[in-house]
Amino acid sequence: SSASAPFSVPSAEKVDGFPRRSMRRARQRRSHSSSQFRYQSSQVELTPLPLLKDAPVAELHDLFCKKLQQCCVLFDFLDCVADLKGKEIKRAALNELVESVATSRGVLIEPLYPEAIKMISVNIFRTLPPSENPEFDPEEDEPTLEASWPHLQLVYEFFLRFLESPDFQPSMAKRYVDQKFVLQLLELFDSEDPREREYLKTILHRVYGKLLGLRAYIRKQINNIFLRFIYETEHFNGVAELLEILGSIINGFALPLKAEHKQFLVRVLIPLHTAKSLSIFHAQLAYCVVQFMEKDATVTEYIIRGLLKYWPKTCTQKEVMFLGEIEEILDVIEPSQFIRVQEPLFKQIAACISSPHFQVAERALYFWNNEYILSLIEENCQVILPLVFATLYRVSKEHWNQTIVSLIYNVLKTFMEMNSKLFDDLTASYKVEKQKELKRDRERADLWRGLEEHQDRRMQMLTEAARNQRNLQERGERGDPPSPSSPQTSHSDQPELKPSGASSSSSGGGESAT
Amino acid sequence: RQLRRNGGGGADGDDSLYPIAVLIDELRNEDVQLRLNSIKKLSTIALALGVERTRTELLPFLTDTIYDEDEVLLALAEQLGNFTMLVGGPEYVHCLLPPLESLATVEETVVRDKAVESLRKISQEHSPVDLEVHFEPLVKRLASGDWFTSRTSACGLFSVCYPRVSSTVKAEIRQHFRTLCSDDTPMVRRAAASKLGEFAKVLELDYVKSDIISLFTALASDEQDSVRLLAVEACVSIATLLPQEDLESLVMPTLRQAAEDKSWRVRYMVADKFSETFVSLQMYLCFNCIHSVLTIWLSDLCLLCPVSEQELVSDTNQHVKSALASVIMGLSTILGKDNTIEHLLPLFLAQLKDECPEVRLNIISNLDCVNEVIGIRQLSQSLLPAIVELAEDAKWRVRLAIIEYMPLLAGQLGVEFFDEKLNTLCMAWLIDHVYAIREAATCNLMKLVEKFGAEWAQNTIVPKVLGMANDPNYLHRMTTLFCINALSEACGQDITTKQMLPVVLKMSNDQVANVRFNVAKSLQKIGPVLDSNALQTEVKPVLEKLATDTDMDVKYFAQEAISGKHFTLINVNKLKMAIIKSEMHFNLLVFTVLVLA
Repeated sequence: SSASAPFSVPSAEKVDGFPRRSMRRARQRRSHSSSQFRYQSSQVELTPLPLLKDAPVAELHDLFCKKLQQCCVLFDFLDCVADLKGKEIKRAALNELVESVATSRGVLIEPLYPEAIKMISVNIFRTLPPSENPEFDPEEDEPTLEASWPHLQLVYEFFLRFLESPDFQPSMAKRYVDQKFVLQLLELFDSEDPREREYLKTILHRVYGKLLGLRAYIRKQINNIFLRFIYETEHFNGVAELLEILGSIINGFALPLKAEHKQFLVRVLIPLHTAKSLSIFHAQLAYCVVQFMEKDATVTEYIIRGLLKYWPKTCTQKEVMFLGEIEEILDVIEPSQFIRVQEPLFKQIAACISSPHFQVAERALYFWNNEYILSLIEENCQVILPLVFATLYRVSKEHWNQTIVSLIYNVLKTFMEMNSKLFDDLTASYKVEKQKELKRDRERADLWRGLEEHQDRRMQMLTEAARNQRNLQERGERGDPPSPSSPQTSHSDQPELKPSGASSSSSGGGESAT
Repeated sequence: RQLRRNGGGGADGDDSLYPIAVLIDELRNEDVQLRLNSIKKLSTIALALGVERTRTELLPFLTDTIYDEDEVLLALAEQLGNFTMLVGGPEYVHCLLPPLESLATVEETVVRDKAVESLRKISQEHSPVDLEVHFEPLVKRLASGDWFTSRTSACGLFSVCYPRVSSTVKAEIRQHFRTLCSDDTPMVRRAAASKLGEFAKVLELDYVKSDIISLFTALASDEQDSVRLLAVEACVSIATLLPQEDLESLVMPTLRQAAEDKSWRVRYMVADKFSETFVSLQMYLCFNCIHSVLTIWLSDLCLLCPVSEQELVSDTNQHVKSALASVIMGLSTILGKDNTIEHLLPLFLAQLKDECPEVRLNIISNLDCVNEVIGIRQLSQSLLPAIVELAEDAKWRVRLAIIEYMPLLAGQLGVEFFDEKLNTLCMAWLIDHVYAIREAATCNLMKLVEKFGAEWAQNTIVPKVLGMANDPNYLHRMTTLFCINALSEACGQDITTKQMLPVVLKMSNDQVANVRFNVAKSLQKIGPVLDSNALQTEVKPVLEKLATDTDMDVKYFAQEAISGKHFTLINVNKLKMAIIKSEMHFNLLVFTVLVLA
């Protein structure tokens, strides 16, 4: 997961006074730039400073610092012709800073750390604007690009070079790259601009690698982002990038797995499969899941049962993705673990085979082309064949799609070769089983009919009882007070199940029972 | 109660018929759909079992088998909220707590929310003693749960048990709520912030001041903007609870801070809740406070919409501005004339020049509020360019919306101003390329005539409308007919007979069939306004001629007109008008929805 960002600025990105195509389009669509609050300082007039490479050694750090301060000035990129001179000065300064950090040794001394982090914070941290298309579909729609990218890219590049510099000292950086900083960095992963997310991914990866004290915090905050994504907003642009980082983090987990990590798998990674936009990050998610399994085979059962619990009910596209992930998992599954999950798993696979959507059926049937899976099936033929036989038999006769029918014939043939005795037995008992099933259905219908009749009878009884009671009560009332007062009369208009004088809370029950 | 008596009396003896195992098998069926069906009929099962066995056998089973499809759990959570009678009434309602407690901790938000909803419902059926013995411990367990889901659920339960428990327990509940407000996970803090207002309402005033305000302040400066904005929402309810002298010191600083928040989401929320908050504040607030808040907003707005550099206005603040524009007009009635002129007028004027049509429209559509306070004249010079621009907007829905406001504007601006500035616009809409606009323009003319009278119509509108009868575009010629349909009643018999009728009759020779059959329809419509002489001598021959037309539609409508429906026409006419009006209203609604969306 290394973003090899170009070191020098491609000429296309240079500000030449004419909007680039992407910028133009962005402008037409009222492109992103965050709050106007950011441009308050744009009144400041920038003056070019001497070049870093010409500076005498004694003044180098001072000049470096001044350039950092100069780069804290923000420009408005939505107006592409505004303050071109200032923009160019800042761009040149950023370029110099990038080059200096990347190539010269001994530049990064302690007093520069707070200045550098301040410059980075001022430039990159902003509240991301609302998506201009509220129904933004990352698969269909063009993302809105960040207008200030010509500067922003250089700031990210600087940050990356800063972190990767051999002079970089985590002990000094940790005072400035703290929890608050990391939290803001993580929020930026929601950016709609893929170029920005790519940089963020690499940068966060370096931060995680170098600043050990932040690791647990970073993992926790990523969890929170995912949980918010799953259960609250269903919207976060950077899920794939964060998962990519997690993939390499999981790779480095120590064994045995800590409870915290297992919890992350079960309560965050698996539920991520429920997201509507799964297709955007499914590859990365499946990679993480398989990483976990390869680390510790005992989590296999959690994973498979989790996937089965969240199996898509209506979205066939997602179903195909799930089947793909199951195959990836089965590719590396331990035979002992396979036995633990084969029953529920193959019930689901049978359900997929009988899907009227031929891609789902096809994807499931492809499992039989996988040699390792085939060997697992063969070893457990006694269990698996009875689970899928009825489905295969029925679908082979009914499916509308000829490819599916011929795939099923192949599967049936394979089974016949595996265990012809069992196959024949199942063929023979197919009709009987079918009859039994029909009988069970009938019994169920009878049971419910009986239950509902019972309910009706009970309701009738209750209503009758209520009526009797009311009559009794009315009679009592008529006898008791010589002239019934109006509130009482109105009271007895309602069907009441309780003797008068009981607590008022049961009147609600009277309503629900009638 | 009745159920329990029957149960106790042995009328419950269907045991042999429905052994629990069979019923539980149904709830455990492998097929999710069948399982779901069974859960949805859980009350039937409970009724078959009777209250005793529902309590002792069914509920423990349900509590144990909580690992299931979310859809099944959702159905279960809902069912249990209505189960009080089926377990034997309020005395036994606490039996329902264990399964609902498990459901309140599951991951899926929908299930959890439903479980909390059911818990809130049955909490009302608990006696005060049961509430302390059974319900409150459950809330405490949830509030100190390991995983965020249970703590999130707890947030929704404090306010339902607080009012009915003893003061010691109350203190504990307050403590738990405080803890959750500073929870480690933002999910829980969000849940707590969203229940802050609700919880404040059930607290004693002293505790509102001591506890809620500090929580409110803390949440409103949370590191996550998603938490901060929920705190802003709570501001409305908190403000209503506090006495006037405390508002300035306890609520306003936080509100001011939120109005200036660096996140647009928070500013948006403040803008959105602005007038609501104001309504709750206005009774008590001294003008100083309003001034200071308004100054902030004014600066915010100036910052947000640099009038001279419209290009600069970006997406971000459009949301904030739209929300603000929709509420800010309502403030004028609260602030009174002088303050409106001093503080709000510059805002209105700035917003009238906004590049976003929705913002401008929001201002114009709420003009009546301002009119009441300062009179529209103050605004008219700035209004005009805004109206003209909206009238020519590229989006027809925007044009449609401004047409809707024309009668209102005309009424407020007066006939001279209208003739001078707006009349041309109204006529231009008649030849718009979108039918809905032409239709609305026609209706608009009718309303204007109703407002300014027949004489005004005769001088200003009718000649122009009739002039269009010679337009080379048949759509424009038809517009003449539609206008005549709409105007004849308001203009009266004289104008209709002398000026309009000849034009209509002449158009019966139009070479376009659509025009001809609309002539027939028009004649039918204006018939009731004409005198019988004109009907007999002028209308009838033309209709008879049209009835022999080569085009079948022309024939049809001519025959419709002839077939003696003149007598009922007035009513039909009125009905049609009513329909047009209601359609316009609907269009307006649709537009509003679109703008808001």
